Amino acid sequence: MSAATAERRMLLLNDIDEPGLATREVYERRGGYESLRKALSMEPEALLTELKDSGLRGRGGAGFAMGTKVSFLPKGAAQKYLVCNADESEPGTFKDRELMQKCPHMLIEGIAIATWAAGISRAFIYIRGEYVLQADILDAALAEAREAGYVGQNILGSEHSLSLVVHRGAGAYICGEETGLLDSLEGKRGNPRLKPPFPAINGLYQGPTLINNVETLSTVPSIVKMGGEAYASLGTETSKGTKLVSISGHVQRPGNYEIELGIPSREIIYDLAGGPADGRQVKCWFPGGSSSPVLTGDDLDIPYDFDSLAKAGTMLGSGAIIVVDDSTPILDVALKTAKFYRHESCGKCTPCREGTNWTVKMLERIAAGEATPMDLDIMASVCTNIIGNCLCVLGDAMAMPIGSMIAKFRGEFEQSIEQARLAAEGALV
Amino acid sequence: MSGFASGWDQATDRDKLPAEIPSPDQVEVPAALRQEIEGHMSLYPDPTSAALPALAAAQRVHGWCSPEAIEQVACVMQVTPASLAAVATFYDMLETEPVGRHSVYVCTNISCSLRGADALLDAVKAAAEGDGELNVRAFECLGACDIAPMASVDGVYVGPLAIEDVPQLLDDVRSGRPVLPEKQLARMLVADPAANSQQYPSHPVQSVDNEGQRR
Ligand SMILES: Cc1cc2nc3c(=O)[nH]c(=O)nc-3n(C[C@H](O)[C@H](O)[C@H](O)COP(=O)(O)O)c2cc1C
Ligand code: SF4
Ligand code: FES
Repeated sequence: MSAATAERRMLLLNDIDEPGLATREVYERRGGYESLRKALSMEPEALLTELKDSGLRGRGGAGFAMGTKVSFLPKGAAQKYLVCNADESEPGTFKDRELMQKCPHMLIEGIAIATWAAGISRAFIYIRGEYVLQADILDAALAEAREAGYVGQNILGSEHSLSLVVHRGAGAYICGEETGLLDSLEGKRGNPRLKPPFPAINGLYQGPTLINNVETLSTVPSIVKMGGEAYASLGTETSKGTKLVSISGHVQRPGNYEIELGIPSREIIYDLAGGPADGRQVKCWFPGGSSSPVLTGDDLDIPYDFDSLAKAGTMLGSGAIIVVDDSTPILDVALKTAKFYRHESCGKCTPCREGTNWTVKMLERIAAGEATPMDLDIMASVCTNIIGNCLCVLGDAMAMPIGSMIAKFRGEFEQSIEQARLAAEGALV
Repeated sequence: MSGFASGWDQATDRDKLPAEIPSPDQVEVPAALRQEIEGHMSLYPDPTSAALPALAAAQRVHGWCSPEAIEQVACVMQVTPASLAAVATFYDMLETEPVGRHSVYVCTNISCSLRGADALLDAVKAAAEGDGELNVRAFECLGACDIAPMASVDGVYVGPLAIEDVPQLLDDVRSGRPVLPEKQLARMLVADPAANSQQYPSHPVQSVDNEGQRR
């Protein structure tokens, strides 16, 4: 049975369009905040064990196990922070938007639970400035949650206290990178920091800081409700649970879908999203946002989970699939991708700042008919020299997809070079 | 022309001393703006964290992060204007040049451009030509590729946009009406057909026509 017809488990999107779900009243009527009650009746250690047992891996891009990350925080009385990463700027990604806009209390509940498990009393949601509607909705929901005593001093009469603030960014992709985000939240330019020390040891205001994505934290109430083990029975051996997939580009039904990790990618692209328009074929696709190396139409049977995609040389990233059909030249895709990273490079590291700039220039030279096939090798070497040589992985995030396009579509690039050259010569005579 | 040098294309006046933290009795700050900035500062263990919301607030008052706007924020926050100028130049939504009152961000990133965003941007620019009230600019992925090609108009997301929508869109902005109400993201249902049971537990009588509301 395919994903389109099978019963799919809905943990995050379940009845997400119910009228009024963004209000506390409807959320509670649906059983909302019951998980928080249950969590507060548990010892933090026991709660942390549930989170670890769930096998939940971060949904923001790196896929790091959430429970393990919590356990990295030092124990004890030091002021610790939780920062929810709601910057959602990875091209192709729009899942956190849907969650925050329609079910903001699920995120607030997840934060209240996670902070109890980690012994944290101050938390921030860093939301990208462009998400005005979603930030307003979060602010309203937060006010309701405070009023009902789900956030604030001695939550529901327990020992757990939490202050939570929604912080609006102002437009910069690099503020999604966790240490760039911390500097931005401290009121500075969003330049990433050298790691280590990792934020779990030295983060916001130098304090130990837990940083998790919106989807990761929104999943926490379900885990508490079901129990870690039951959650872990969903998905594959190393990729547990359900995942939101944002799919866009050349598909007939773009949007957010909730899948169990491990289903064939083809089912997402074709059965759920309808595939490219009639008569068109999948030429390439980004499986995890624009930072992930592209796959081709031959790779559609790869299971959609962290490790299968890693084995195929790419990554699940933020869970954003961008489909490109055979009507679009690969040069156009490469140029759009490279220009984005050039614009967003914070400029701190030379290989990233210069490498993104020169990659754009070389791609533009191809388009202008001034390149030779040797330029492809230079471009590939620029990519190799960026990877692993920068403070953060923004540089790699351009180098990897561009490198994959050159490797997989070299023939087409060479044709483009030749055609553009002939066209330019023709224009001269 | 920008009030402060934003790059190496503009010469710096080397005889001028760097501006110091403005003293509260020298700078006049509108009361509402001061109150808003102080409100933001009170939310953080370190008040410097309020820089972005404070600059955004000043921009709403002054139209852009003008030297005057920056000086007022610096005065309330008690930091140097230069530290705020450095912040303002980093972020796309903070304007360091005077711009039109209404912002129209047209997304031209990958998913939108695959669906015609570049032609859309050209059409919006052409239709807005000469209108100083409009700040039309290309933007990176706005996180709404499901309604590609799309734009954020004074913060309101609309899409999928056709070239034919452009006159109505600009008409709506200019006259202060809600922009293309039928195409606002706020109204869209989730794409996943399995998400909504149509029989909501808390609203047993209501049901929503999933197909009907998505384009
Ligand atoms: C350039 C760059 C941009 C990123 N953007 C985001 C983002 O917008 N949202 C997000 O949750 N994580 C983003 N990340 C990943 C974060 O650094 C971090 O791994 C994540 O927020 C951790 O949360 P998780 O463990 O729940 O996934 C980005 C990383 C890089 C290198
Ligand atoms: S890799 Fe790029 S974005 Fe990351 S810190 Fe270095 S210059 Fe900045
Ligand atoms: S590419 Fe336009 S909103 Fe994402």
